[in-house]
Amino acid sequence: MFLRNAIDKSTERDRLRQRLVQRRRRDHAFALASLAVMIGASLVLLALLGQLVYDGIGRISWQFLSSYPSRFPSQAGILSAWIGTALVMLLTALTAVPLGLGAAIYLEEYAPKNWMTDLIEINITNLAGVPSIVYGLMALGLLVYQFHLGQSFLTAGLTLAMLILPMVIIATREAVRAVPPQIREAAYAVGATKWQTVRDHVVPYSMGGMLTGMILALSRAVGETAPLITVGALSFIAFLPHPPLQSEFPFFSAQWLFDPFTVMPIQMFNWVSRPQEDFHINAAAAGVILLVMTLVMNAVAIVIRARFRRRIHW
Amino acid sequence: MNAEAVLKKVEGWRLSFRLSMQLKEKAIESLLLFAALTSVAITLGIVGILVYESTSFFLQVSLWEFLTERQWTPLFSEPHYGILPLVSGTLVTTAVALAVAIPMGSLIAIYLSEYASSGTREVVKPGLELLSAVPTVVYGYFALLFVTPALQKLWPELPGFNMLSAGLVIGIMIVPYVSSVSEDAMRAVPVHLREGAFALGATRVQTALRVVFPSALSGITAAYILGISRAIGETMVVAIAAGMQPTLTWNPLEPAATMTAYIVQVSLGDLPHGSVGYQTIFATGLTLLLMTLIFNIAGHVLKKRYRQIY
Amino acid sequence: MMTTQVQTTPAMKAEAKELSFYYGGTGQALKSISLGLADRHATALIGPSGCGKTTFLRCLNRMHDLYPGNRYAGSVVLYPDGINIVDHTIDPIEIRMRVGMVFQKPNPFPTSIYENVAYGMRIRGSMTRSDLASVVEQSLKDAALWPEVKDRLHSLAYNLSGGQQQRLCIARALATGPEMLLFDEPTSALDPTATARIEELVTELKQRVTIVIVTHNMQQAARVSDYTAFMYEGELVECDRTHKIFTNPANKLTEEYITGRFG
Repeated sequence: MFLRNAIDKSTERDRLRQRLVQRRRRDHAFALASLAVMIGASLVLLALLGQLVYDGIGRISWQFLSSYPSRFPSQAGILSAWIGTALVMLLTALTAVPLGLGAAIYLEEYAPKNWMTDLIEINITNLAGVPSIVYGLMALGLLVYQFHLGQSFLTAGLTLAMLILPMVIIATREAVRAVPPQIREAAYAVGATKWQTVRDHVVPYSMGGMLTGMILALSRAVGETAPLITVGALSFIAFLPHPPLQSEFPFFSAQWLFDPFTVMPIQMFNWVSRPQEDFHINAAAAGVILLVMTLVMNAVAIVIRARFRRRIHW
Repeated sequence: MNAEAVLKKVEGWRLSFRLSMQLKEKAIESLLLFAALTSVAITLGIVGILVYESTSFFLQVSLWEFLTERQWTPLFSEPHYGILPLVSGTLVTTAVALAVAIPMGSLIAIYLSEYASSGTREVVKPGLELLSAVPTVVYGYFALLFVTPALQKLWPELPGFNMLSAGLVIGIMIVPYVSSVSEDAMRAVPVHLREGAFALGATRVQTALRVVFPSALSGITAAYILGISRAIGETMVVAIAAGMQPTLTWNPLEPAATMTAYIVQVSLGDLPHGSVGYQTIFATGLTLLLMTLIFNIAGHVLKKRYRQIY
Repeated sequence: MMTTQVQTTPAMKAEAKELSFYYGGTGQALKSISLGLADRHATALIGPSGCGKTTFLRCLNRMHDLYPGNRYAGSVVLYPDGINIVDHTIDPIEIRMRVGMVFQKPNPFPTSIYENVAYGMRIRGSMTRSDLASVVEQSLKDAALWPEVKDRLHSLAYNLSGGQQQRLCIARALATGPEMLLFDEPTSALDPTATARIEELVTELKQRVTIVIVTHNMQQAARVSDYTAFMYEGELVECDRTHKIFTNPANKLTEEYITGRFG
């Protein structure tokens, strides 16, 4: 009787052990499967990127960088496109950075807790989820036609600025929030006003996070195509805008703001949409340059974030 | 400092600084408020323009026709204004995208939250960030020139423009989005719930699938919904790879136009400002905005809910 | 509860008259406190956690204004001019120019030692570079920190030890020439040696500046202060000369706290 119980118990233990081994195997299998999927997906992506680089990098040359678009793929280049991107980015940054910074500082340091502030915050969260092409539609109806700004650099810059504004605000708010309240209290305790506290302490100490957020937002803007197509970028621009600097008084010209424009991603889109394979190679080359631009900006943002994190540690 | 010196100092400050300081503070606050209000102005601009132009449109085309007509041919001599083909294009590509993004995103999220060491996380998370940094036009290039030819090796009858390639690439594009929100939701599940499961002898996968995943469900659903919203609004990948033929079809192996691709198509052309054709893009845009708004609000509400539970 | 006011042997620097305070979210935290703070003496505020001593301290330099919903009632009269510190028509900046504060955990700015001390005067307006430098030097000397930092004024304040950082914060508060200096448990985050140095400093400073010090440590109160006020649940229970409070308090509750029966 005693022996039988002992035997039953040991077979039961064996069964449990077997099941445990099974479950452990399933556990490991799951981990391996996940890893396999992730590595597989990364490999696929690397392959895609690699293929793009392989197709395009041979085409990149001084001629490519300094020629206008052309009907002949071997003569076409991205001169007007990359200058266009640079100028549009300049306008976008000049608009979105002050507005984004100001809005974020207001919401974090000044805004009272009332319905108006809640409304502004809900609004920003909503704007962050609006598809980018809707911004283009808005700019087309409002900026191009109602405000008569035309299909110009000014419109393009303002459109992208509106698009990235929610991102800039959200990132800046997070950076500002990271400054501990003790620092603010220390400033107030020696008699600083709210603005002095913000200007002398809050902003300088959150500069790293702010810059990172701004650069990441701008890198998004570099790749944006849809809203600019809607606003009316032309992809066959065989000329450059009026130069902003002149040799005669008043030395600055605003004429270029109203000139027709194009940008890198639109040029790539135009070339990829054509049936000829040679244009596809041009598109690949443009894509490589675009990727490099984006990656460099992301890298700069990461470096800035790391450097500031080392200097100031709460 | 004796009493008189102090009083003199304060009086001096009051006379020369205080008023100008208070004015300056008020002015700065107003400037900052103005900056914050520009965001409201943008929303008003978007809603205003879309409603304004759409109203004009709906004065000429009935809402009934817009919602039920099965053809979308606004630029033909015999125009039809049914939005269904565009909506079907959007929904099919989104469905394909989700079929990729939901499993992959969830898997990555579970792995990162339940299995991965912090070292692995340090590598994978920046990788995901970089994935979302690639411009969408480059993704469109991939879809048209790499994915479609590859798929054509499996199905030789696959047309050069189709919703499947576009959907697959969009799916890959939104994986970082889905996985990061899901992962946040899972990591918010308190440790003691996991420990309870482990103490009973559960393995990691059992804990992950039976305890953590269900507990984080509202947050994970939020991730899926936000992914849907992102996929609906995607433009360049479909404009390049799915074709621009508005067709009412539910078969991803066919070409079709999405709402976003249609807007691009019209913008590339030359429609006179104020014509019905021009207004169709605003009516389409309004439909797009409403769809994404509904999903965004739902996702946001769910996100707040899972944060509050813990 | 009996409230005892200090008899008028020394002059008053500030006098709370039925001061009440209401937090925006949680309601009344101070109930009609009437308390005199002797000029150029140190007054300690003691009492169990949550009794309102820090709340009272932060009324004295209008710190509560920084957060929404807070409300003062009653008055705190500042002498010699007789203004009411908690009067909402009086600019809190003006008060903070005259009343300084040192916080529980040292909170220097993440800038140089020099910049920390100079900031208070810098924002006040025009001061020549050399004047500013001499103010910085004098404040650091008054805070007994000068010899340790005089050769590295432009190095980061964060490189100092905890005790040194706290003395830096004291120097920063002193630089603006305040009439009253508030200490909110200044040594609770410091080791015994640093604590002793700070207490020494307070004993020295009280001859020139009125000091109000909140402390959890009764021995510290006994060592450092001339007057001690015991608070309980938002009310002032008793205030008298330190020696009397700790040897022969008038109120039973005070005695129970002093002897450790609760706290």
